[in-house]
Amino acid sequence: MALHRLETGAWLVGLAVLLVAVALVSATIGPVSIPLRTVASVALSPLPWLSTTAPDTARTIVLQIRMPRIVLGAVVGFALAAAGTVMQGFFRNPMADPSIVGVSAGAATGAVAVIVTGISVPFGRPAAAFAGALVAAFGVYLIATEGGRTPVATLLLAGVAVQTFLGAVISYLLVYAGRQMNEAVYWLMGHLHNSTWPKAQAAFVVALPGVLLLHLFARDLNVLLLGEEDAHALGVDVERTKRVLLVLASLVTAAAVAVSGVIGFVGLVVPHVMRLLVGPDHRVLLPTSALAGASFLVATDTVARSGPAELPVGIVTAAVGAPFFLYLLRKREVHAL
Amino acid sequence: MTPAVDVSNLSVSLGGVSILDDVTTSVERGQFVGLVGPNGAGKTTLIRSLNGVLTPDAGTVLIEGERIHDLSSKAASRLVATVPQSPSLSFAFDVRETVEMGRMPHVDRFEGTTPADRDAVERAMERTDVTQFADRSITDVSGGERQRVFLARALAQETPVLLLDEPTSNLDVNHQIRTLELVRELADEGRTVVAAIHELDLAARYCDELRLLYDGTVRADGSPETVLSESNVERAFDTSAAVAENPVTGSTEVVALPDAAAATGHVHVVGGGGAAARYLYALDAAGYEVSVGAVNEGDTDASVADRLDCDAVTVPPYAPVDDEARAAVDERVRAADAVLVADVVVGSGNLPNLEAALAADSLVVVEGRPFAARNHAGEAAARTHAALRERGTVVGPDEAIEAVRAAVDHGNGGPRREDRPSPDRS
Repeated sequence: MALHRLETGAWLVGLAVLLVAVALVSATIGPVSIPLRTVASVALSPLPWLSTTAPDTARTIVLQIRMPRIVLGAVVGFALAAAGTVMQGFFRNPMADPSIVGVSAGAATGAVAVIVTGISVPFGRPAAAFAGALVAAFGVYLIATEGGRTPVATLLLAGVAVQTFLGAVISYLLVYAGRQMNEAVYWLMGHLHNSTWPKAQAAFVVALPGVLLLHLFARDLNVLLLGEEDAHALGVDVERTKRVLLVLASLVTAAAVAVSGVIGFVGLVVPHVMRLLVGPDHRVLLPTSALAGASFLVATDTVARSGPAELPVGIVTAAVGAPFFLYLLRKREVHAL
Repeated sequence: MTPAVDVSNLSVSLGGVSILDDVTTSVERGQFVGLVGPNGAGKTTLIRSLNGVLTPDAGTVLIEGERIHDLSSKAASRLVATVPQSPSLSFAFDVRETVEMGRMPHVDRFEGTTPADRDAVERAMERTDVTQFADRSITDVSGGERQRVFLARALAQETPVLLLDEPTSNLDVNHQIRTLELVRELADEGRTVVAAIHELDLAARYCDELRLLYDGTVRADGSPETVLSESNVERAFDTSAAVAENPVTGSTEVVALPDAAAATGHVHVVGGGGAAARYLYALDAAGYEVSVGAVNEGDTDASVADRLDCDAVTVPPYAPVDDEARAAVDERVRAADAVLVADVVVGSGNLPNLEAALAADSLVVVEGRPFAARNHAGEAAARTHAALRERGTVVGPDEAIEAVRAAVDHGNGGPRREDRPSPDRS
């Protein structure tokens, strides 16, 4: 499917509008229902030339409670979908997701270790999770690299092995978790609870530049899909490009996982759906996936928090994403890449 | 002038196994050079070393004077473009997107494609005739079309040197020819082309020069005629082969033959005008000592005999079989264990050949088409041919060699078989 620049632009604008719309609607929903009009005027209030009037209570709820969560959800969805797109292209494997090189398992280990042991670290759990994610990804990379070359298949297997090992570590920690058990398990489920503006900012500061840099390598990702040898013959410095992609995708994923726990399926399903819609060209696929992922996570988190009891959003993404994915699979819409 | 491709003392091993050992060869600018050789000879490995994908154990590869393995992959990909043998297709890029990937070496990461890039893509697609399906998915086009798409991608790279790895494998004969015609044109326009080609006849027909690879190195190089000598082909491919000039294309043609059986005996063939060529190959391959004649110099049968190193009695072009030639033919008929009369066109000039064959002890007469249809020598010739039929075994073209075998082994297989019982029949 060839997309002209115009069509590409249309997709991006459309998805951006969708994201804003989803965010605004999401801000109206909650224990206190706030009219869309009020939400809009609050959202526009920072613009000095618009005089808006909104009740203070609504202002506080929208700006201090709902918006941080919505923005964080958008950033996490954006990051996970982008990283998933890159990993699927990188591994030429439709089952690849952002955590494939052990990023999520590493983050979970770091976070659970801090929760269970009660050690206090600077910047708290997100910092521990972020560090754990990067240590795990780097470890997988080192294990899979020999003589300056990192075969993708080895990387995949090393990632699976390290994830399994870290799974054991997490289980071991949970055995001794005692009263922290609930908290640790809740973290593992993936949630956007306790979202704050600083968390959203921290994730944003890593994820957005990361995804923009990844976008510079969209063309290389396309060529890598043809195989490494072909890519080399077309002038791609294969090993260097793989390193850059791996580092950036891991950073972006780590930024998301550190603030939200392990939210599954966003990074797997969204890229597949967008590939069906816009085709395999990463110059289009990567930004559209990222934007769609943002909308998807904001929407699912709205569902998660609007029920009688708040659910971890990870449950909702998996519960919604998996059946949809299976539907596509049955319709033979999803193949290899 | 420095050669476009200059390989010296190149040794490459894969997984510890030496594939290329001390290869030295070069290719002049604008030449189309074919790499030929048996499976596993290292043709693909040599291609992959020329584009810098494989790092050699020893030796150097200079492309346009630059050491390819010292260049960045980007710089290298501006000098050499490669058409892979079986490109990965686990994706659904459309044809234009695939061709556009050839611009990779020229596109700045921060600027994206420029009008110049788009022009180069359109030109490459135009050149390879893929424009009409530019918007189709690469997974939906036929094998021949796909080959052209990847050729277009290589053209879009705008490199002075083009490498092709088995560009004709998996293609039907029509697409093989179309692909190679196109590559030939590219070479004529000044590009240097190196292609691994499996089909020897096609390689001979389209390439300026060949390099014969086996046992890990270049064993012969030069024009197709010199490289594809019978002895070279037999050594490289470990099979019997006959090499001749294709009468249609005028290029060298290689015919692999079953292993020379240990058949012994002398067979004289009455041929002319190409009627005997196939029997000469087959009899030679079967191990017989073969003579032919009398034929006109330069006619197909004469040149085949020359290739096969058979004993040929010749007369000048268009000249009739004179007394001297007739005597030479008589001599060979007498010496022969069997005489094979191919279904030649008979005129007064070559009628003496048939008359000479009458003296044969053991005679096989091939009758593909009726004699009347190829007789231009009137009643006398008809009588002679009737006598030949009477005395010999009359067979169709496909049974000729079997009949000769029987004739040599057991005396004539014709009407006289009963008179001369063979030892194993008694």
